[in-house]
Amino acid sequence: MAEIKTMAKKSWFLPAILGIVAIAFPPFLGGYFQHLLILMMMWITMATAWNLLGGYTGCVSFGHCVFFGLGAYGGGLLYLHWGISPWWGMIAGPLLAIIAGIPIGLVTFRLRGPYFALSMLALGETFRIVFTNWVSVLGGACGIVSSRTFGVEKLPYYYIALVIAALSVYVVYRLMHSKYGYYFVSIREDQDAAEGLGIPTTRYKMYALIPSALFTGLAGAVYMNYMAYIDPEVVFSLAGISIMMILAVMVGGAGTLGGPILGAVIFVLLNEGIRAAVGPISYLIFMVIACLLIMFLPDGIIGDWAKIKRAFRGKKPVYVGGE
Amino acid sequence: MALFGQTFVTGILIGGIYAVIAVGMTLIMGVMKIINLAHGALMMVGMYVCLALFKSFGLHPYLGMIPAMIILFGIGWLLQKYSIERVFGVETILPESQVLLTLALGLGITEIIRLIFTSNYQCAYTPFSARCFYLGGMSISQPYLVGFIIAMAFVAALHILLTRTDLGRSVIATAQDRDAATYMGVDAKRITNFTFALGTALAAAGGAMLLPIFYTYPDVWHPYLAKCFIITILGGMGSTVGALSGGLLLGVAETFGATYWSPGYRDVVGLIIFVLVLLFLPGGLKKVIGR
Repeated sequence: MAEIKTMAKKSWFLPAILGIVAIAFPPFLGGYFQHLLILMMMWITMATAWNLLGGYTGCVSFGHCVFFGLGAYGGGLLYLHWGISPWWGMIAGPLLAIIAGIPIGLVTFRLRGPYFALSMLALGETFRIVFTNWVSVLGGACGIVSSRTFGVEKLPYYYIALVIAALSVYVVYRLMHSKYGYYFVSIREDQDAAEGLGIPTTRYKMYALIPSALFTGLAGAVYMNYMAYIDPEVVFSLAGISIMMILAVMVGGAGTLGGPILGAVIFVLLNEGIRAAVGPISYLIFMVIACLLIMFLPDGIIGDWAKIKRAFRGKKPVYVGGE
Repeated sequence: MALFGQTFVTGILIGGIYAVIAVGMTLIMGVMKIINLAHGALMMVGMYVCLALFKSFGLHPYLGMIPAMIILFGIGWLLQKYSIERVFGVETILPESQVLLTLALGLGITEIIRLIFTSNYQCAYTPFSARCFYLGGMSISQPYLVGFIIAMAFVAALHILLTRTDLGRSVIATAQDRDAATYMGVDAKRITNFTFALGTALAAAGGAMLLPIFYTYPDVWHPYLAKCFIITILGGMGSTVGALSGGLLLGVAETFGATYWSPGYRDVVGLIIFVLVLLFLPGGLKKVIGR
């Protein structure tokens, strides 16, 4: 308990430093590093959003690409059909993600554990196939091409992505320090007990899903505006979006606030950052790290921080279980 | 009517091959109680082993199947023993960490294959691939038919192994109740390793049967993995008969979707069936058959 109190006292320090660095430094960096930072902010948003539903509430979703893709397609479809600026997708995309998320939740929240995960996976694949094949309305496999508002300038995108990432972390932080947060964790720990204590579990899962879909959709909308090109194979990708979100969270630590942030940074650095140096092996390196982490630190870097510290001090790990 | 018959026959034939891949997954899921998402990737490795044998020695995929199964049996055993077993029963924040490990393993294996064989589409083209014969207005492709026959032989052999031999009964016992099986003198860990390896070898066999029909590339496994767990959920965990009926049903449903709806939506049919079965028929066909 004492540890938690001291952490609470120092808790403004690290975010403040990180915030100042994130705001002040990027203008001095080259375009490539700015690109990396934009991707990082996007992945932080996505991993944080996934963590709210998966890490805190315990509904491990293998289909969050649905929300990412719908977020991206919200703006894309407006542009395709009516020529409206894809920036309106920043509103339309998340809205679309929430509208799709509610019925998806109503259906899939009846299932638990791996069955929930698989049904989300099935839904993600279904969306990908429908968006690939329905050419007249959704653009089909060739995707949607728009144009970048700011040309080659990257800074505006970076600051937008930064604001969204910060907002997502803040919202999750506030949620987890409210009644809702405790309800979410209780659902994760023991759904039957939570229900026994009078928590309407399906409704509270929905309360976790809606912000999760919203922020994933926002990340999708940023992606749409930044890349100016979307196609279903990319934005509804199982291996490229859904699974990477989960692995980024797992590497950092599921069910922690800092975990998804750290995981997303590691993911982007390994996947994009060292690609220039080592080529396509970068992806393999991330996978090997993910495997080793799940094997030896199943709660991620932040979640098993105590274990890491012990290991460095040369002490044998003590497994704190049934206190 | 010929179109209907053609669709039905093709569905049954391809469904048999799906069943062989899925029967491995359903075994693993029955014994280990986790979803093995590396299954598809291991099937793909089996395909590439056959392909390599075909390219370098001219070995026909149906013959290459045997070394491929042996190699994949070994890979499966090692993966289970040194990697997945470690996270078995470990208390974590997310109970799905084993599933995620199998997933990361699968993606890692895919990358290794990509480094060795590149992402290019490759196929083991034999003159046999295009051959077919006609039966009352329907054309039946030979590689489909031979694949189906081999697949049925494998499913039957597996069924006999599971129900008639000591080893197979130990597998079933472990699937039903791990602790009770241990008390009865079954080495549950060893049986788990064996089951994982056997399931992997069966996936490799399925991959080898697909090789003369389709092409292969490192990401080829995504739809097959989806089909595997659709069949597993449809048929019920740990049941060979369930996996067989699920496989045939999925094959027929898919080909009907492709013929009468649109080829592009072929895979959607399976996914819709999957969600419906999860919602309305939990336990799968096994429950219905068992009743």
